[in-house]
Amino acid sequence: MTYLIEGRDGPWELVVGLEVHAQVISQSKLFSGASASYGGEPNTHVSLVDAGFPGMLPVINRECVAQAVRTGLGLKARVNLESRFDRKNYFYADLPTGYQISQFTHPIIGEGAIEIELADGSTRMIGITRLHLEQDAGKSMHDQDPVRSFIDLNRAGVALMEIVSEPDIRSPEEAGAYLRKLRMILRYLGTCDGNMEEGSMRADVNVSVRKAGEPFRTRCEIKNVNSIRYVMQAIEVEAVRQVEIWESGGSVDQETRLFDPARSETRSLRSKEDAHDYRYFPDPDLLPLVIEEAWVQDLAAHLPELPDAKRQRFQDEYGIPRYDAGVLVAEQATADFYETVARGRDPRLAANWVIGDFFAALNRTGRTIQDSPISADALGGMLDLITDGTINGKIAKDVFEEMLESGESAAEIVERKGLRQVTDTGAIDAAVQAVLDKNPDKLAEYRSGKDKLFGFFVGQVMKAMAGKGNPALVNEALKKVL
Amino acid sequence: MMLTELTIAAAQGGLRRREFSAEELVGAHVAAIDRLNGRLNAFITVTSEQALDAARRADAILAGGGDAPALTGIPLGIKDLFCTDGVRTTAASRMLEDFVPPYESTVTANLLADGAVFVGKTNLDEFAMGSANITSAFGSVENPWKRAGDAETVLVPGGSSGGSAAAVAARLAMGATGTDTGGSIRQPASYCGIAGIKPTYGRCSRWGTIAFASSLDQAGPMARTVEDCAILLQSMAGFDTRDSTSVDIAVPDYRAACGRSLKGMKVGIPAEYRVAGMPAEIEAAWEQGIAWLRDAGCEIVEVSLPYTKYGLATYYIVAPAECSSNLARYDGVRFGRRVPGASLDELYEATRREGFGAEVRRRILMGTYVLSAGYYDAYYLRAQKVRNLIRKDFENAFQTVDVLLTPTAPSPAFAQGEKMDDPVQMYLNDVFTVPASMAGVPAMSVPAGLSQSGLPLGLQVIGRSFDEESVFAAASALERAAGFTHRPAVRAEVV
Amino acid sequence: MSLDPATVRRIARLARIGIDESDLPALQRELNGILGWIEQLNEVDIDNVEPMVGTGHAALRMREDVVTDGDAREAVLSNAPDAAGPYYTVPKVVE
Ligand SMILES: [Mg+2]
Ligand SMILES: [Zn+2]
Repeated sequence: MTYLIEGRDGPWELVVGLEVHAQVISQSKLFSGASASYGGEPNTHVSLVDAGFPGMLPVINRECVAQAVRTGLGLKARVNLESRFDRKNYFYADLPTGYQISQFTHPIIGEGAIEIELADGSTRMIGITRLHLEQDAGKSMHDQDPVRSFIDLNRAGVALMEIVSEPDIRSPEEAGAYLRKLRMILRYLGTCDGNMEEGSMRADVNVSVRKAGEPFRTRCEIKNVNSIRYVMQAIEVEAVRQVEIWESGGSVDQETRLFDPARSETRSLRSKEDAHDYRYFPDPDLLPLVIEEAWVQDLAAHLPELPDAKRQRFQDEYGIPRYDAGVLVAEQATADFYETVARGRDPRLAANWVIGDFFAALNRTGRTIQDSPISADALGGMLDLITDGTINGKIAKDVFEEMLESGESAAEIVERKGLRQVTDTGAIDAAVQAVLDKNPDKLAEYRSGKDKLFGFFVGQVMKAMAGKGNPALVNEALKKVL
Repeated sequence: MMLTELTIAAAQGGLRRREFSAEELVGAHVAAIDRLNGRLNAFITVTSEQALDAARRADAILAGGGDAPALTGIPLGIKDLFCTDGVRTTAASRMLEDFVPPYESTVTANLLADGAVFVGKTNLDEFAMGSANITSAFGSVENPWKRAGDAETVLVPGGSSGGSAAAVAARLAMGATGTDTGGSIRQPASYCGIAGIKPTYGRCSRWGTIAFASSLDQAGPMARTVEDCAILLQSMAGFDTRDSTSVDIAVPDYRAACGRSLKGMKVGIPAEYRVAGMPAEIEAAWEQGIAWLRDAGCEIVEVSLPYTKYGLATYYIVAPAECSSNLARYDGVRFGRRVPGASLDELYEATRREGFGAEVRRRILMGTYVLSAGYYDAYYLRAQKVRNLIRKDFENAFQTVDVLLTPTAPSPAFAQGEKMDDPVQMYLNDVFTVPASMAGVPAMSVPAGLSQSGLPLGLQVIGRSFDEESVFAAASALERAAGFTHRPAVRAEVV
Repeated sequence: MSLDPATVRRIARLARIGIDESDLPALQRELNGILGWIEQLNEVDIDNVEPMVGTGHAALRMREDVVTDGDAREAVLSNAPDAAGPYYTVPKVVE
């Protein structure tokens, strides 16, 4: 499905590339032993290294390197056994040393790809250019003093992975799908929590437009967009802005812009009279980062099953539709929950219940799968009662609601409330006869050819049996008499 | 007994035999500082009280009779580039005039752990950038030596470790720490008639030492004898996990290396160090050194290091580039001087204009330029390639020889005010010391004799990476042959 | 290559070192003197020469992922020229 912007003189194509900064999950910072955990009193997760004191030196954290390698493997990307750290020099209040240690010329991870799926079921591959490790900056607060900004360095030096995509994205929807997929992979890998509200995943969005078949035109970079929805909105309004400029005979300037969600517009960051000149050069405090192939293989061997593979396995192993499998693997916890329910049971029945009533119940009660009132084992127990004929599907819905409220097991509820399904054909035949006796007119209509009334009789019989009749047996009994 | 005339090796024995106390030994040096520092300006900060306290603690340990650490009670000067916990550390810059580090550098911590007593923080060129100790924000250092028959002219002590060199030469400390980026230990040692070694890059931890150019900076000792340098380096050196460029190699017994025979050692004489216009007295000192080593049993071999002549120009790209980045942290926000400004950029620009002296500003600008867009390849990248060629020159030479012998500097100490209007003229003082820095190999200056004007001249011994032992062995042989007993005009026992 | 006054101004700005217009000529002259002297490197054939990386000794050592540092706000702020409570400060940054 091609996304085009209709301009005055024809359609325009959108070209988007994303740079995602993903905070690495680790105990300590990339180059210092200070805590990398979120929060903390101001300037308490700060070592003298992070604050750039004279004579302080960086020493790299092995786990941060491992996390980058795991992520690279998860993105099916090339792992570079030798990479380097460069200094990106610029002055800013939240940058203590006056340079960010980053990987400019030799990143740890090279080309990879992510497959995204769109609403119409189509899939596309989005190329990954590179992933590199770098330091996060500190935080400035502007609202605590009339003339000063306050600086907290707790985040300064925390490891980031900058994941750069190729300019392969062609619509806001694709950008959203890319970010969701990337976040899913990072969460599966346990390398980033993907929490955009806390800033542990942020996106810089490069947007340009062009006529079909043209080479790329000038792009603008929209910095630090902090939700997937905003990324999609920002792309849309920025594309429209650029189309308007081109069509009115102007030209788009390459610049950095900010997205203002309140006004739904992007605006230029005050352009400084001098362009940035980061003066990258190899950090002389660090040697080349050389990792062993064997270590990479060991990390690969311990990688968890990733969403795409898991989805395929769910389709193959459980025989559930691709769409359902996709829903179930969206989060690792959901997939694990489903597998516990499905193990040794009818996997399709399990999928229907998890995706249907169970998700609806979580939604309704505002709970997550982690604090769900119904465990996977409890839900499985209920499915067992359906399968062995103790309850029918309709009663099961009531039992489920009761489980949600009381936390009792399905078997306890069925026992206590006497919800066991009636399979005694004598009782069913009696109920059928009673219904026919009560509705002679409907019976006559049916017999004169109004087949649709069969459903009416089923409903009446079930109602007469308080829903506990075995639906198959009720059907059978009715067919016999009618 | 003149306590300030002792070597460290002799003092170690005297203290253990209780011929004198650490308090007496340290006290003698503190008194000398009191008397002479006003003139020489070798120390920026004098820590007499702490030193005397430490000396008394040292005496208690020595009185215990057990195994006191090697440097117990030995008074040392510490270049004011090493961060010292709770003691002001300035880098001789207005920028850090009031900076008190809450941490101790690895090198000084090693010395303290071995019982050394610090009598003060020695003067230097600002941020170690200079060859004459004239760029210090705390004033120039006077070389304690005088030209024969000229008691007036004030000579420079060399730099950047000029305060350390002057303090050791004038007997204000038994030894001192220095740092060497392009010759900052060896050149002042030569100018002040003492010994000093820049060990292999990676031998001494850089943690806690204020950085000038990270890929070149190395700490090392300065003392009046080669053996004393060996004793100090033994303590200063060692692997440190906090410095990623520190190398995990065992530190051998340097003192033992000083007495090693030179029979069969191959000494290379690099042809390219015979630069045009080299003063005859430098040439003569070099020839004398060659003769001494031959007499000691060495085989003398002519070698060629064709790229070393580009060392200095390469250095003046690489070092400023690194310094421009390393000194970006001095921005008036977290420590150091702050000059108020209405905006963040005004604060930065005012702080860095006032906080840095002219030479530091010049090097930061030069470094910024050679790294900037469009010039990186032409300058920085080219320099790093030439540097690789220089390193290979040394590697090739050390295929055939064990050490190299060269002069340390192209002249003896010059007068304050000379060579000062043209930065390039000043840079040329480091022409012989810079190549070893670029290659990261160990190099030592040892006093070899006096110039016609009565000033000390040093010879430089350069060794293979991590083979400081051969350097100590050759330097000791030169020292014994030279029998250098001359002393500077200004010194502790001269009132 | 030779620096013009505009370039000197630009690099001073990049380095955040304030300079007075009156200092420019001398600075320009000194920097050009050094650059002219450095030109000698252009005679070196650097085709197929790798730049020096690290110090040629070893690869980067990695440390274990353990919190060993931080939680020392007093030390971190002890030299701050204008701390406000637990924060460093700068003149207000308008974004
Ligand atoms: Mg970016
Ligand atoms: Zn980045």
